[in-house]
Amino acid sequence: MATTSIFPGESPDIQTRLALADDALILGHRTSEWTGHAPLLEEELALANIALDLIGQARALYQAAGELTGHSEDELAFLRDPAAFRNALIVELPNGDFAFTIARLFFVSVASDRRWRAGFDDPALSAVAEKAMKETAYHIRHAAEWLIRLGDGTGESHRRAQEAVDALWPYTGEITDNRAAWLQAVAPVLIRATLQQPKDSWMQSGGRDGRHTEHLGHLLAEMQILPRTFPGARW
Amino acid sequence: MYSQALNNAPAEPAADDPRFQARIDAEDRIEPNDAMPEAYRRTLIRQISQHAHSEIVGMLPEGNWITRAPSLRRKAALLAKVQDEGGHGLYLYAAAETLGVSREELVDQLLSGRAKYSSIFNYPTLSWADIGTIGWLVDGAAIMNQIPLCRCSYGPYARAMIRVCKEESFHQRQGYEIMLTLCRGTEEQKAMAQDALNRWWWPCLMMFGPPDTLSPHSDTSMRWKIKRFTNDSLRQKFVDATVPQGLHLGLTFPDPALRLDETTGHWAFGEIDWDEFRRVLSGDGPCNRERLAARRKAHADGAWVREAAQAWAAKQAAGREAA
Ligand SMILES: [Fe+2]
Ligand SMILES: [Fe+2]
Repeated sequence: MATTSIFPGESPDIQTRLALADDALILGHRTSEWTGHAPLLEEELALANIALDLIGQARALYQAAGELTGHSEDELAFLRDPAAFRNALIVELPNGDFAFTIARLFFVSVASDRRWRAGFDDPALSAVAEKAMKETAYHIRHAAEWLIRLGDGTGESHRRAQEAVDALWPYTGEITDNRAAWLQAVAPVLIRATLQQPKDSWMQSGGRDGRHTEHLGHLLAEMQILPRTFPGARW
Repeated sequence: MYSQALNNAPAEPAADDPRFQARIDAEDRIEPNDAMPEAYRRTLIRQISQHAHSEIVGMLPEGNWITRAPSLRRKAALLAKVQDEGGHGLYLYAAAETLGVSREELVDQLLSGRAKYSSIFNYPTLSWADIGTIGWLVDGAAIMNQIPLCRCSYGPYARAMIRVCKEESFHQRQGYEIMLTLCRGTEEQKAMAQDALNRWWWPCLMMFGPPDTLSPHSDTSMRWKIKRFTNDSLRQKFVDATVPQGLHLGLTFPDPALRLDETTGHWAFGEIDWDEFRRVLSGDGPCNRERLAARRKAHADGAWVREAAQAWAAKQAAGREAA
């Protein structure tokens, strides 16, 4: 492994592959942070499954990006600086409470589902999409079921779920290419959850261009510590 | 639930009932609805729940490295391993529930500090090599303890152990492979591996419990075939299996008394610090407070989520009735 940070090329093909891979890795990493701390044991196992799916998707996508950049999956994950990451801002936000984690998983999974289904000209991505589509369908189902329980559960869970939806909303612009279609998938679940759909106004963005929140640097500092501390070591 | 189970059960035999002992001696499996002495039931509830708690608390020290695993392959493997341990906790709580105790009650015993769990999880994971060492030694020791439990006289526990043991062997191999990679790596990586072995070796030997001369529950457990080998014999088996593996890695064990006894073929080892064992078990290990605090926090932080799920289910049930 190289000692210093790597800077993969700027071509749109590379950037597309990296954006997909980074979304999956960073959300997988955040989801994995719940391990040992989830609200109940069954959910512990479900969140670990979801994190494993996402990390698996990230690996396949980094391998696809590696075909164009000549870098290994681990070089791409562990040796890029925050500004070289292309994930949407929403996935790097800290987990917050369980409502925030679930609402984010729901919003992002609905967007991912649309991307997988839209198909890719790039055969390397089509192969990944085929498997990821099934996994994402499960993530949507799991997150939606919880969001409905939380929204329509107790007063406290309703309040937390609504706060999560409101806080996340400005970050959903960056993950939706077709806003109307995304809203059409999200709205019925919000209604069943008795949650208010926020109005679309200013949307935060920048992740796709490498302008991130303050949180990504901390996440990567933790994630990358071993390969950065011991350059060239094999693990 | 407890009293119900007893009401349905045939009259409860005495602890020394010859018919019950005859079934045990004939290697008959005792099943949840069978008559069993109260002390047998209590012993199993204690042992199975301690085992379940150990799986759950054991997720914490290894979970500590998921976000810092040094490659994506290692990250996925560690996450899957820790998830397996959660799954073990789940089947073990289910096995304990067949004896007429609820998971909530057992979790409450853990969180209130009344229940014990394996002392090993009160030690900190300080480097990546600790993840290799835990797989290699802690899962290795767990296998030594658990393989005989696959033939435990209580059916649901024996069956749970068969599944658990398969996964533990996989964890053990994966841990050893991490160690092998470190030991064939850079000088720094090898030093990391040696340091981890130095810290974990003695606590792992303590995992088999107090010496036979001081083991309080051993005799009855052996008679009831809940336990089939004594603590000291399992410990010796573990040392015999593990020392050659460590030597193959090129590591040194932190025990100057360790030597192969040519006449017995066993590895002789030094005196275990039983004061340390008692101290850790009674709450003064390096991480006891943190481990319990982490479990309590997860439970308390999750209370509103569990309440929401219940409230929602109740609303659905009420809705179905009204419809
Ligand atoms: Fe386990
Ligand atoms: Fe294990």
